[in-house]
Amino acid sequence: MKAIEIRNLTKTFGGKKVVEDLNLAVEKGEVFGILGPNGAGKTTTIRIVLTLLKPTGGQVKVWGYDVVTQPRDVRQALGYVPQEKAVDRFLTGREHLILVADLYHLTRPEAKKRIEEVLELVDLSHKADDLVNNYSGGMKKKLDIACGLIPNPKILVMDEPTLGLDVESRIRIWDYIRRLQRGGLTILMTTNYLDEADQLCDRIAILDRGRLAALGAPEELKKGLGGDRVTVQFGPLQDRLDALAGTLKKELPFVNEVKVSPASHELEIRVTSNEEALAPLIQKIHHHGHPILAIQYSRPTLEDVFITYTGHKIKEDSALL
Amino acid sequence: MKLFIQETMALTMRSVKRLSRERISMIFGLIQPMLFWLILFGNLFQKTAQIPGFQAPNYITFLTAGVVVMTVLNSGLSGGVDLLFDKESGFLERLLSAPISRNSLIYSRFIFVMGITSVQILIILLVAFILFGVYPHSGLVGLAFIMLVGLLFGLGLIAISLTLAFAIKGHGNFFALMGFLTLPLIFLSTALVPIQAMPDWMAFLAGFNPMTYAIEAVRDLIIGGWAWGGIVRVLVILLAFDAVSIGLSSRVFHRQMG
Ligand SMILES: Nc1ncnc2c1ncn2[C@@H]1O[C@H](COP(=O)(O)OP(=O)(O)OP(=O)(O)O)[C@@H](O)[C@H]1O
Ligand SMILES: [Mg+2]
Repeated sequence: MKAIEIRNLTKTFGGKKVVEDLNLAVEKGEVFGILGPNGAGKTTTIRIVLTLLKPTGGQVKVWGYDVVTQPRDVRQALGYVPQEKAVDRFLTGREHLILVADLYHLTRPEAKKRIEEVLELVDLSHKADDLVNNYSGGMKKKLDIACGLIPNPKILVMDEPTLGLDVESRIRIWDYIRRLQRGGLTILMTTNYLDEADQLCDRIAILDRGRLAALGAPEELKKGLGGDRVTVQFGPLQDRLDALAGTLKKELPFVNEVKVSPASHELEIRVTSNEEALAPLIQKIHHHGHPILAIQYSRPTLEDVFITYTGHKIKEDSALL
Repeated sequence: MKLFIQETMALTMRSVKRLSRERISMIFGLIQPMLFWLILFGNLFQKTAQIPGFQAPNYITFLTAGVVVMTVLNSGLSGGVDLLFDKESGFLERLLSAPISRNSLIYSRFIFVMGITSVQILIILLVAFILFGVYPHSGLVGLAFIMLVGLLFGLGLIAISLTLAFAIKGHGNFFALMGFLTLPLIFLSTALVPIQAMPDWMAFLAGFNPMTYAIEAVRDLIIGGWAWGGIVRVLVILLAFDAVSIGLSSRVFHRQMG
């Protein structure tokens, strides 16, 4: 049995398709990320998993239970950390946790023990009895996560867990997520941060305009692009680049593909791996009497994966990442 | 059943805790009806007691019933406000993602608001007694019936308020609609003037306002000239009002929550 299984899921709002024919499965024990730009349908998908929205078409199963016919069992299996910091500023942190414990029907002693554990984990024990009104943004998010963990769920569902947080808080939250995974928890999260998807998730689904664009481990997806990229720039008088391109492709086994850009006198070479590739490549070019002006080596990033599969960047200005 | 009680109590306690943290708004919520209606309005319209058809010994005595029911009106109609804010803040999503019965959300609101309303009624009657010597001439049984009438009227109002909180987008719209509803309901009732002193068309419309009946019953109980038949008739009318508004609200509720 899969932790979560989504089959042919479609959701429309007033005729507008927001999720379209989505298929994916989350394995037990993994951190699964849904990566997509704003409006991709991430939250909508999550809400359907949580039984907060009904699917228009298709089927979703959580821990074997159907979201439409067995919503209570589904909810019992899940802990939820919403996208907005969903806290009540007139309550203290501990009062939040007590409320959630009651909503998941923990007994008094169970609740007491669990609340201490969870406060410890997210580092909020010393602030537990302060009003949430006096919490910082990062602390509210930690409390949000604590609420999600109180029921001791099978799967923790987190919608953009680090949205709008400072770098330090983000890294701390990544650390919690890794620790929780080591403790055996399955995690389904959404994000529109490439680095988060890359470093944290075992597997990701790239969602774009409601459709699944790619699915797999970040490393696999990057490898799938055809290898590392070496860009070599030559002087303006070089006019035999096509011939050179052919030679490199024929004579060097690790060269997968060569693209010529005559206007900028550049070769874009896809190679299998760095360590073996760079030295013989330079030697070969040299041997053919082509002086190199500049050389640039890059590994494909998740951003490259994203662009390849969706045809656009995830954000207007991805330099911020 | 045990689980249901646990959920409902937890949600009710949350509201109680919130209230204890918002002392200022709690105090103003209590003072406003007394200061504005009982003291200012009551003094301003002292002479109304000379209008023909007026049965109370003085205007304050007459007005006390109106203030009690107006307070029920205000508290009842704002019974959905917290839900509305929870909806907007995303807190409602957290509650709904828990394995709770959807009804516990609604019941906890009813319990909390009706509790608050009871306390408000008692305080208003106490203030009316201390400041003006007005007290229910029908005694403790009468007091119990005043509470019953107030709560039955409140029940339907809370249901309406919760329905609107679910159906309406944005608290701006919600408050605008509440403001729009409240004044006509007050003026098309006998809260401030007896029905004999109203123009015919207003008196006619007041006959369709459940508030009119609640006020008449409370007023009779305060002045002392009450009869079982009248009280029972009002209770039946209020129960019908509750049935209609709760029926409506559960339809909207189930459509929204699935
Ligand atoms: N209740 C709703 N009614 C109508 N349209 C909706 C509703 N909820 C979401 N949408 C639309 O569905 C699309 C996807 O929204 P969704 O919130 O799932 O995106 P998202 O991937 O979570 O985006 P973000 O990164 O901004 O959180 C958006 O265009 C949004 O306007
Ligand atoms: Mg979202």
